[in-house]
Amino acid sequence: MSVIALSPFDLSLAALLVLLLAGLSWRLQLAMERKLLVAALRTTIQLMLIGLVLKVLFDHAEWWWVSLMALVMLAVAGREVMARQQRRFSGWRGYGVGTSAMFVSSFTVTLLALIVVIGNDPWYTPQYAIPLLGMVLGNTMNGIALGMDRLTSGAWQQRAVIEARLLLGQGAMEAVSDLRREAMRVGMIPMINSMAAAGIVSLPGMMTGQILAGTPPLEAVKYQILVMFLITAGTGFGTMVAVWRGARCLFDERDRLRLERLASA
Amino acid sequence: MGRRPLDSKPEIILNLLRVEGVSSHSMSIPLLEVAAGECVCLSGPSGAGKSLLLRAIADLDAHEGKVWLGEREAREFAPREWRRQVGLLPAESQWWYERVGAHFTAVDEAQWQVLGFGRETLDWQVARCSTGERQRLALLRLLANKPRVLLLDEPTAALDPASVQRVEAMIAAYREEQQAAVLWVSHDPAQMQRVATRQIRIVAGRLEGAV
Repeated sequence: MSVIALSPFDLSLAALLVLLLAGLSWRLQLAMERKLLVAALRTTIQLMLIGLVLKVLFDHAEWWWVSLMALVMLAVAGREVMARQQRRFSGWRGYGVGTSAMFVSSFTVTLLALIVVIGNDPWYTPQYAIPLLGMVLGNTMNGIALGMDRLTSGAWQQRAVIEARLLLGQGAMEAVSDLRREAMRVGMIPMINSMAAAGIVSLPGMMTGQILAGTPPLEAVKYQILVMFLITAGTGFGTMVAVWRGARCLFDERDRLRLERLASA
Repeated sequence: MGRRPLDSKPEIILNLLRVEGVSSHSMSIPLLEVAAGECVCLSGPSGAGKSLLLRAIADLDAHEGKVWLGEREAREFAPREWRRQVGLLPAESQWWYERVGAHFTAVDEAQWQVLGFGRETLDWQVARCSTGERQRLALLRLLANKPRVLLLDEPTAALDPASVQRVEAMIAAYREEQQAAVLWVSHDPAQMQRVATRQIRIVAGRLEGAV
């Protein structure tokens, strides 16, 4: 079984649809046509590039190349987490809290899947390692970004309440306990929703891709379930770690709320 | 925590709260002492640094200088322990649960009655309480911690005259019973006359001639 290769002509047909949409947006004065075209262009270029990178990587399946790729992905995801926060920690904390949480959860979960569950030889075979890590990392990134954003903006808004709780003799983590719970929930909701809707409302992209590539549906489904669980674990643990560490960073060693550590984007 | 046997060390009683070279932002206080059972009234124009001083003493803001409670410095206490003993009542009270009762672990019914509340108050919705009710409840909430020092930031600003009188009496009784040191920010000269054992003024972040 092999995939029907797409020719540049096939892609231009689909691109024509996007152009058509841009034209309509211009006609209706939505002012979205520039953004739309730039985004479409970025998609094309970025995906072509990653295709080339993956091709090279698959041809040279050495563990250090795979690790380097993984680290680059982590670094970019870390930047993205930071960029999505309205009020983020300034200095090393801004990058460090989210990135380290992502590293701890995504890498552990992916390694576990590669070594224990899939058991490929060698375990870092890039055809498995990179897409799995990509999916786990991408979702963990979303969860952490949402959770951290809620935590920092909440701390900013609830400053008076948090300080009032400190004044009554509550410890730092206790004074933000409600906020922490809320931030963790916000980070975990999207993935719970996507698990609940999977297969009924949405056919997950990975499964669809495998089916298009000729994998028997039941095999594709099993992989999709595996990936869903990995994503859930990665996002959940990652969000908890990030929110917990982030909450700690809001305070100093004397349990004072230090909002000046937050910079507005 | 274990409270020290105060009667064996009279000099501690004389120097319950001691503020030494404390400064944060534009406020700087070289020395201020409030003895046990004393009520020092602090006045001055708004923006002079009164609230900043109280926040620094409660260790809510990072600050220079040292604050002592008895013979122990603030840093020797765990942060939460310090704030329990040095209780600050902010000018505006804050509430984070829906019902009043959820904010309390202990209720001294006698105290509650003095300020016009009863058991049923525990079921009240915070959102439906008036500013004055919240201010009085915030005082009860603070006193439940049994702090050895009271830092009061305009505790009667939103109260009617009858309530002002009751709050003043309650704080005086607490000060007497617990031998607490009280630092009271007020804008009302008549009130200061009534409650203060000593009055000081703070202008542009500096202490001015103690009265």
